[in-house]
Amino acid sequence: MKQKKLVEIYQNNSVKISVDREWCKACGICIEFCPKDVLIPDNQGKPIPENIDACIKCNLCELRCPDFAITVEGVKEKDE
Amino acid sequence: MNNLKKEKNIKLLQGNEACVEGAILAGVRFFAGYPITPSTEIAEGMARRLPRLGGKFIQMEDEIASMAAVIGASIAGLKSLTATSGPGFCLKQENIGFAAINEIPCVVVDVQRGGPSTGLPTKPSQGDMMQARWGTHGDHPIIALAPSTVNEILTLTIKAVNFSEKYRTPVILLLDEVIAHMREKVEIPTQKDIEVIDRKKPTVPPEEYLPFKPDSDGVPPMANFGEGYRYHITGLIHNYKGLPTSNSQEIDAFIRRLHNKIQKNVKDIIINEKYFLDDAKIALIAYGSVARAAERTVKLAREEELKVGLLKLLTIWPFPFEEVNRLAQQVDLIIVPEMNLGQMVLEVERAAQGRCRVVSYSRVDGELINPIEILGKIQEEISK
Amino acid sequence: MKTVIDDYIREEMFPHMWCPGCGNGIVLGAIIRAIDDLKWDRDKIVMISGIGCSSRITGYVDFCSMNTTHGRALPFATGIKMANLDLKVVVVMGDGDCSAIGGNHFIHAARRNIDLTAIIINNMIYGMTGGQYSPLTPTGRFGTTAPYGNIDQAFDLTSLAMAAGASYVARGTVYHVRQSISLMKKALDKKGFSVVEMISDCPISFGKMNKMRTAVEMLKWIKDIAVSKKAWENLSVEERKEKFVIGEFLDIDRPEYNERYNEIIKKAQKMGGNE
Repeated sequence: MKQKKLVEIYQNNSVKISVDREWCKACGICIEFCPKDVLIPDNQGKPIPENIDACIKCNLCELRCPDFAITVEGVKEKDE
Repeated sequence: MNNLKKEKNIKLLQGNEACVEGAILAGVRFFAGYPITPSTEIAEGMARRLPRLGGKFIQMEDEIASMAAVIGASIAGLKSLTATSGPGFCLKQENIGFAAINEIPCVVVDVQRGGPSTGLPTKPSQGDMMQARWGTHGDHPIIALAPSTVNEILTLTIKAVNFSEKYRTPVILLLDEVIAHMREKVEIPTQKDIEVIDRKKPTVPPEEYLPFKPDSDGVPPMANFGEGYRYHITGLIHNYKGLPTSNSQEIDAFIRRLHNKIQKNVKDIIINEKYFLDDAKIALIAYGSVARAAERTVKLAREEELKVGLLKLLTIWPFPFEEVNRLAQQVDLIIVPEMNLGQMVLEVERAAQGRCRVVSYSRVDGELINPIEILGKIQEEISK
Repeated sequence: MKTVIDDYIREEMFPHMWCPGCGNGIVLGAIIRAIDDLKWDRDKIVMISGIGCSSRITGYVDFCSMNTTHGRALPFATGIKMANLDLKVVVVMGDGDCSAIGGNHFIHAARRNIDLTAIIINNMIYGMTGGQYSPLTPTGRFGTTAPYGNIDQAFDLTSLAMAAGASYVARGTVYHVRQSISLMKKALDKKGFSVVEMISDCPISFGKMNKMRTAVEMLKWIKDIAVSKKAWENLSVEERKEKFVIGEFLDIDRPEYNERYNEIIKKAQKMGGNE
């Protein structure tokens, strides 16, 4: 399977958030309904995990994304 | 001799019953339908016969649903057939187009009755000839066959199923109320006496399969759903992968291929019969129950030393253009008797290209055209 | 990173054709996650759709898939299921597709209790043609063909399915996506006719005409109108206006169509005969 283009990855010690900027259509759902206000819009309205440390890995942004453009994974020790 | 007699399976069958026999022999194992006169005996026969063979019958909620279910069952691997009459044939048209564009084998039996609308439910007609060709919208290929005897209903039902599988196309079997309900002696062939054609399957592994890429004969191999080949089917114009396309080159090539797979094989598809045509100066062109009368007319005319012959069409669509064109060069006059206001006569005129006179003889009163009146028409035209 | 979703989609078809924030994508994600949880053999899954925005869903999934004619997804699916009982057949329809032009097929598929799963994406509008009212548009709401407000009453699809004879009936929303995935899992796994209605958003066609111009506004509205069974019981008639109950409504075992047909086959074969 071909690699998705333009995937931006944001990561801290516990979580990795990937945003596919090609597939994202900037609907704002992930940003609005994030229970911890992790995401803020960039100048195009696409999400940036500005407050990534607040992320509780509830995955709601990923589940509600209509474009499969945002994913959240836990980071395991060995991956660090 | 006694033994031989026993081996032959000769029965007195109604036309619709012969259609059931033909379908079963051809391998049809799914029927979806909706009750409508004068085709209902086909559904009744299928309801009785199919489960005994492990096949499936379903009476759907309407004509549209029956056409859809038939296409669905075919995609999942069962040879499928439905039967209807004019009003139901109208309702089936959209999904017939779906079968045409997606090259899904299936057979639609249309037992013609008088129309338009509810028309004459229990009287014969040949009013759906053009609907069989152009009933669904857009340029689409179609094969349509028209038997004229109960025995031909059996053999052409087998042909219809075979053509649908071989060319991956819906095939219309045009009966009319007279031959559907009349009873004649039929010799039912054994399974080994008949040719049964199955759709060709892909020979490549699933990852290489392009579901709408044709072989050299213009027909793509068909994987049934559930056989490990995952692919998409859509009523949208599609590319080799089956995915929607808006590329004008792909669209053009696709539509032309659909037509060419039929047009390039007309020799195989076109079936007709000739009576006393060798020396004929006047030709009758007829089909369905009218061809029976026309055959008798030829005999009566020959008794009066009129050089009349008959071209009996069994394949209606594609139309036997070349054959009729040659005939038009041979004869002075072609008469086309039809139980409509003149539908196939238009094709005959086109094919004749002015090489001889072409005359229509129409009847739309719900009564069968009889031999004497065709003879009368011949005499009338001669005296002109 | 490769996600569950990546594993089930035809990636060449992405980004998909749906508008920003369209609920169709959320429902597609939920269906894929539910199917993945069930660990079904992918070669035996068939997804069928009709016509409309939502029906484009079949083009995006790596199953045997079929985008049929308007309203007719269920009868196509009926033929497929009857022809091959090993197949898991999932039917995705829009609200107009399922309840207007396909309304009769919906009732009869439920009546037969044939083993299909129907997922109806109800965005309360005809989206692809630009916002005409559907049989599921709430009374008083606007559409391009209801410029003075819709006077029709909306169907309750879940009640309709239950009355007609389905085995499993539930309703979710694109806001309550986690709950919806579990409803879908149960529906998919249920023998017989199972229905999940998914209340969805169409900011472009429905929202624009009804003072909700963004997907965010629409999802907030959906969150607000969706209530639990318990909450529903405590609402007055006036308060119930435009509200939906979400959750599971029915989960019963009834004889399935193909099982009953197999009995017919046995009976017919026992009786025998050639004509």
